[in-house]
Amino acid sequence: MTDEQPIRVLIAKPGLDGHDRGAKVVARALRDAGMEVVYTGIRQTPEMIAEAALQEDVEVVGLSILSGAHAELFPRVVAALKERGINADEILLFAGGIIPDDDIPALKELGFQEIFRPGASTQDIIEFVRDWSAKQRDNGAKGEVAGGP
Amino acid sequence: MTAATGNGAEALSDGAADLVERLLAGDRRALARVISLVENRTGDGRAALGQLYQHTGKAHIVGITGGSGAGKSTLANALALELRKRDRTIGIVAVDPTSPFTHGAILGDRIRMQELAKDPQIFVRSMATRGEIGGLAAMTSDVASVLDAAGKDVVIIETVGAGQDEVEIASAAETTIVVLTPAGGDDVQAMKAGIMEIADVLVVNKADLPGADSLKALLLAATTSASRGRLETPILTTVATKREGITELTDAIDEHRQRIERSGERESLRLERARRQILALLRQRLLEEALRAPSLDGSLEELVRGVAERRLDPYTAAARLIAD
Repeated sequence: MTDEQPIRVLIAKPGLDGHDRGAKVVARALRDAGMEVVYTGIRQTPEMIAEAALQEDVEVVGLSILSGAHAELFPRVVAALKERGINADEILLFAGGIIPDDDIPALKELGFQEIFRPGASTQDIIEFVRDWSAKQRDNGAKGEVAGGP
Repeated sequence: MTAATGNGAEALSDGAADLVERLLAGDRRALARVISLVENRTGDGRAALGQLYQHTGKAHIVGITGGSGAGKSTLANALALELRKRDRTIGIVAVDPTSPFTHGAILGDRIRMQELAKDPQIFVRSMATRGEIGGLAAMTSDVASVLDAAGKDVVIIETVGAGQDEVEIASAAETTIVVLTPAGGDDVQAMKAGIMEIADVLVVNKADLPGADSLKALLLAATTSASRGRLETPILTTVATKREGITELTDAIDEHRQRIERSGERESLRLERARRQILALLRQRLLEEALRAPSLDGSLEELVRGVAERRLDPYTAAARLIAD
């Protein structure tokens, strides 16, 4: 019936800053690229984000943060995912927002595959997500769900 | 947990069989994965449903429908919290529209259900309509069945705006709540879309806005003529954001289930639903098979052109396809 299963993405904003324009722009861009985007709104705790990722069975999680609390919050998101049996390498984890150069290696080490900062184009993000998903599906990582109609 | 399925059941792959087993043991991630299998209409999804079906039929399936902005998600949130107080476990299926142009969707119902994420006994799943005519109702019902099999006491299906899809989706529910608001001419919309007839419980939400009383009066007048001559449809007022009227609403939902249980209507609803499900699937399978027939190669396009150019009428074209 459907040619291809849509990519399911979670866009979430951890922490206390209420500036969600960036997150919404990205969510809309991914939707317009044909993806199903679960958007949870602002002020999410790491547990809420991990729980949403689990229940919604997304293959991509994008976090947006502008408050500077990423060094504090992102490891907790990764830990909360892990607690629920979701390892950072099973899904595509990326982040966007105001994140200094110096912090990037640590985030990559955590499992964040890309950090999009102010000036990044939505097209870059779309292509990044698509490429990852295509590779993942080619690799048969979804082997256990094989067998369409 | 390798219960025998009847003839014609599809084989379950090892991976999916493991997921089904884990789901029945209470594993939430397995539950999420199985829902994806079902939603993506995979062979494994159908086979998993085949295995799970014997575990369904216990949950109370509650539909919430109404125009966009009526407060359905907020109401579902408030209802879930109240039901948890009554020690019920909850599944929620929240449906949002897929864009017919890009096939993408923003699934934003969780925004109004923040508090629910902390409770492991509540499982919320967002679903896009994926633009499949007639297929959406079946899919929503299947996802509700998976949550039912996972042992949820109440499964809430929250639908998109108003329209025929609503009526179909509501047919999967045992108790359907139709939500209206004093603002925005909802009363007129309600009559137009014919959703009054499917309401088992009518809710005037945002009842702190002016016009709530007159809407309630109007509904009272409308339901007496539309209530199918069976049960009186309760009309309740709520302010979901302030959790006002939620206890009464929960009572009304419980009472509705008890009433249809006692009157025997629940049994006839089940038969009706089963018949509809089988026929809908039959229709879909026959169509798929007919369209897949090798003899069809090229001839469909030929007929399409013929009808478009008025050389042929659509009835004759369809008859020819069947004859082939």
